[in-house]
Amino acid sequence: MIIRGDEPEQIGLLKKLYKPGNYFMQGNEALAYGAIFAGCRFYAGYPITPSSEIAETMARELPKLQGYYLQMEDEIGSIAAMVGASWTGLKVMTATSGPGFSLMQENLGYAIMTETPLVLVDVQRSGPSTGQATKGAQGDFFQARWGTHGDHPIVALSPISGQDAFWETIRAFNIAEKLRTPVVMLFDGVLAHTRELVRIPDVEEVEITYRKLPRNEEEAKLPFGDPHGDGVPPMPLFGHGYFTHVTGSTHKENGLRDVYTPEVHDKLVRRLHRKIEQNKDVYEKYEEHFTDDAEILVVSWGVTARPALGAVLKAREEGIKAGLFVPKTVHPFPGERMRELGKRVRAILVPEMNLGQMILEVQRFVNDDVLLRGINKIGGVPLTVEEILREIRGVA
Amino acid sequence: MAKEIYSKYPLIKYLRKEALPTALCPGCGGGTVLNAFANAVDQLKLDPKDLVVVSGIGCSAWIASPYFLADTLHTTHGRAIAFATGVKVGLPDKKVVVISGDGDLASIGGNHLLHAARRNIDITVILVNNFIYGMTGGQLAPTTPFGAKTTTSPYRNIEHPLKISETIASAGASYVARWTTAHVYQLIESIKKALTVKGFSLVEVISQCPVQYGRRNRMKEPAEMLRWFLKNSVPISKARKMSEEELEGKFVIGEFVNRERPEFVTELNKLIDEVQEHFGLKGE
Repeated sequence: MIIRGDEPEQIGLLKKLYKPGNYFMQGNEALAYGAIFAGCRFYAGYPITPSSEIAETMARELPKLQGYYLQMEDEIGSIAAMVGASWTGLKVMTATSGPGFSLMQENLGYAIMTETPLVLVDVQRSGPSTGQATKGAQGDFFQARWGTHGDHPIVALSPISGQDAFWETIRAFNIAEKLRTPVVMLFDGVLAHTRELVRIPDVEEVEITYRKLPRNEEEAKLPFGDPHGDGVPPMPLFGHGYFTHVTGSTHKENGLRDVYTPEVHDKLVRRLHRKIEQNKDVYEKYEEHFTDDAEILVVSWGVTARPALGAVLKAREEGIKAGLFVPKTVHPFPGERMRELGKRVRAILVPEMNLGQMILEVQRFVNDDVLLRGINKIGGVPLTVEEILREIRGVA
Repeated sequence: MAKEIYSKYPLIKYLRKEALPTALCPGCGGGTVLNAFANAVDQLKLDPKDLVVVSGIGCSAWIASPYFLADTLHTTHGRAIAFATGVKVGLPDKKVVVISGDGDLASIGGNHLLHAARRNIDITVILVNNFIYGMTGGQLAPTTPFGAKTTTSPYRNIEHPLKISETIASAGASYVARWTTAHVYQLIESIKKALTVKGFSLVEVISQCPVQYGRRNRMKEPAEMLRWFLKNSVPISKARKMSEEELEGKFVIGEFVNRERPEFVTELNKLIDEVQEHFGLKGE
């Protein structure tokens, strides 16, 4: 049975199972509940620290909601099963960490090329390689962007708390469904295992959406066309007699392979990019604090946005005009807004739990006359308010 | 010209005409497998709307995708069975069939093959074993016979081939059979059984690749390869009485296993029922 998550029966189940209110829970659990409220009814995964509580929560909760939990033999199989299930109409998710994310990259490219909605959670941990397996990090910023080969667009979100993970996961599913594309969630091992207050809302507060389906036979014959001009083709799901052909090879609008005509490849791959670029309103999101009169701008993301806000608040107490810019959708990077903010400030500081990744995106959009400095910490311990404040003072 | 020949094919209604002619080389065993599969579907009176065909990468992945007119999912190298797993969970009432090659399913995808058999998920796998990586130019496969020549074993193969059917039979599949492209009628019967049995089914088809394998191993003509299959095929009942030495270089053919065993998707849905019952969620 294909469940979208908004059927009266499903709403009834959600209401019965999850009473609205404040709960004390791990970031991973909050993220999993977000997926459940978003309508995710298929999860395929493979255990890996620090993401495993997401799988555990899904394994426990999904059967209550007529959803399917599958433990696959590896991460490659997990994302493969998700793609297969998504073509039957299910909303699908997996969660992993850096090494597993690496293994999923080939099929992530397949999902992009075949325009398969799915949500892939990467609970970032300290690398490279096995690194500090149990420790959080923010080192996968560019693995999310460029991990799979070839020209491709990607949408990636990065929540800053357990509560945020709940809502951002719902947003990730809505983007995936609206744009018929995979969405990556860049979570991290620190937030994943932090227990904090999470409010589970009433089901009615949650808005969810579902992919565009073909309205007639003509639309169903072009699973990779653009009949509505928004770059998003309706999805002729398996099992409806459409005889849909899906391939990761370069294909025409009807889905059949054509790898020899340069124009076919050009048209397809450019549309995949256009689909994302022209629908910025669907995914672009950032937070700003004190940016109106800021002279020193802190740009941060994910877990580090928390101490960054603390540092900015303290700096303000000391009379320093500091501000904070937090991209919530980190890919595509909110470059336009970054450029505007960059013109108004004297210095930009970019704290992150890596040796300088998002700072490279910031750099693309600010002029050379702005002082741009990274605040980088690795080793598995998050940045503190004091460490960031010290750097703000240093450029004040 | 080519279209004319295909139009005379009695089972043309099962094929995606706009994708024809096929990309298979003259003399390839792939056409025989496609024909056997189409005959099995026809004899079982299956509606192609109730089929989802999944394949991976390589010549054999092309046998049914895109040529068979059904929902077809042409996936990444080695992963067809894992993709098919997701499809089957979403569409438990459809027949999910994987048709792909030995390199795809037993080498790079070997782990998925093994675990799908262990789970006993109701997927039918037709594994076309031609002992070689054909599409990439005839390189050594995990199925290449000991001593055979390939482009990456130009002197001789020093590795032992994987016994795919034997391995999958012991991994827990409900149905496993092996035939060659010289045993078409038996092959059709086995595909029919595989499509009917509830659980994981594997039909391994020893198939000829005269271009990449035969040519380098003194069997340039497709017919020579078929004669080689016939001459060296040993029915499983007879093989059970033979020693390992006697079976060296032989093709053991027949049904390896045909048994009932709890099937994965059925169990998954049963579990959901039990959980809903337990938490008082039935009829919500």
